[in-house]
Amino acid sequence: MMKPESRHFFSSPKGKTSFYRMLRNRFLTGLCIALSLLTLFPLISIVILVIRNGLPLISMNLFTQLSPAPGLEGGGFGNAIMGTLVMVCISLLLAVPLGILSAVYINEYAPVSPVSSAVRFVAKLLTGIPSIICGVFAFAAVVMTSQHFSAIAGGVALAILILPIILLTSEQALMGVSVSYREASYGVGATPFQTIWRIVLPDAMPAIMTGIMLAVSRAAGETAPVLFTALFSQNWITSVFEPTASLSVLIYNFASLPYAYHIKLAWSASLVLVTLVTLTNILAQMIFSPKQR
Amino acid sequence: MSNDYTSSEAHPIQVSHETARPYELSDVVPPSETNFIKVDDFRFFYGKKEVLHGINLEIPSRRVTSFIGPSGCGKSTLLRNFNRMNELIPGVRHEGDITIHGTSIFDPSVEVIALRRRIGMVFQKSNPFPMSIYGNIVYPLRIAGQGDRSMLDETVERCLRSAALWDEVKDRLHESALGLSGGQMQRLCIARAIASRPEILLMDEPCSALDPIATAKVEELIIELKRDFTIIIVTHNMHQASRVSELTAFFYLGNLVEFDETRKIFTNPSKLQTEEYITGRFG
Repeated sequence: MMKPESRHFFSSPKGKTSFYRMLRNRFLTGLCIALSLLTLFPLISIVILVIRNGLPLISMNLFTQLSPAPGLEGGGFGNAIMGTLVMVCISLLLAVPLGILSAVYINEYAPVSPVSSAVRFVAKLLTGIPSIICGVFAFAAVVMTSQHFSAIAGGVALAILILPIILLTSEQALMGVSVSYREASYGVGATPFQTIWRIVLPDAMPAIMTGIMLAVSRAAGETAPVLFTALFSQNWITSVFEPTASLSVLIYNFASLPYAYHIKLAWSASLVLVTLVTLTNILAQMIFSPKQR
Repeated sequence: MSNDYTSSEAHPIQVSHETARPYELSDVVPPSETNFIKVDDFRFFYGKKEVLHGINLEIPSRRVTSFIGPSGCGKSTLLRNFNRMNELIPGVRHEGDITIHGTSIFDPSVEVIALRRRIGMVFQKSNPFPMSIYGNIVYPLRIAGQGDRSMLDETVERCLRSAALWDEVKDRLHESALGLSGGQMQRLCIARAIASRPEILLMDEPCSALDPIATAKVEELIIELKRDFTIIIVTHNMHQASRVSELTAFFYLGNLVEFDETRKIFTNPSKLQTEEYITGRFG
């Protein structure tokens, strides 16, 4: 117990000294910092591991050459990079118009209709569906009917995967557009179409683009949907109607081979994929960061 | 601030104005224009809740009419019915009628798009589009299909001059409207509202977010604009109502309590509720 004279205005009323309070404060702060660092740990170790194992083989050849036959060395995986890009493009061509237009419908035209609630509910449900189910569906719907593994089938599987992402982020983006812009536009006699096309969509575009970029990085990284829709190929892609290589399936295939060089190629492919996805994400944040209002 | 228009001894709609004007804008309003806008036993519902209980009101042409009353009294709701902006809210319903120039605005043959082009609206919070100053003003014309460049240029200058903004922004017409000050933005919104040459201008608390200097400018502008427009202004500021308007309607709990010459409302109201509100005893 402190002497009365030493007590001052800021002294604890219950007689607890500020020392214990400070100690507890510091301990909890330290705990929070430690746990945050722990969260970062797996992420950082993945990046370090991928860079350390993938970097040695990085050269221009990786991007321009085909993979070597099993047991041989040299070459790269240009066809897999190409295949991934082609399939991502196909999935975007399918999912972007569908996703944005659906979002416009459920947010602008009929925000409270049963159709909109159904679309919203299904989209949220679809985001939780395991990606392999998208692959199985595309296999049944495209591969079985066309009797071919193909880039188209892979694109369809990825499109199903990213459609709900694009739809929901676009809906959020449209919801973020100030009501006062809509009022101003309707107030001068604009039709709903003019308001959406000239005012709402341009204002929501940066946020919609961010959603699309996220979808791109998701699609580029997925293995399961393309595994038995696009299958794989040792050759350059010449048509979207034939089996096509992709980075993710290449990693899966090569990592399970008993040849040291192919395993190294798989590491390098991982590095390329991680870089691609990270760059897309950073780009999305930089270019389309929400503007100041 | 000049307020000579409130000093008229005559009937509310006979308002003296010192400047020389064309004959058709003469001080004596033709009888046909005393009920330019006619509200006839108008009831309005948000879902099941009735917020306007049978309003009857006749608003003359080319005058400033202000709607006053405590928050939630229905003055903004009524204002937003004149250009049917309330229809953007799901679940609203109305009974009774509003006619402008003798035509019901709810008539099935009336296109809401055309109606809103004839009735400009200025909102509480200035809401310029995130585009250039020029782009903001020509927006109403572009959506109406007007693409003639010289016509657009002309409109921009006319509207900005009318809104007393031309000298301040003429050198940066193609810069973003979001770079303007609050008062300038609101005057830009007024310029945009008059771009399609409407006859009526609805203002929903246009100065509530502005500082006194910007407010004074907008008020001057309102007095200037009444030569060409029928202006209805909703305001919380009773001094503003007395400064800019010739007629004042006092609303309370969804009813129109009193509608008369502004001078009379503020000096000798006939209803007790009006007097209590004016003198600040409630509201």
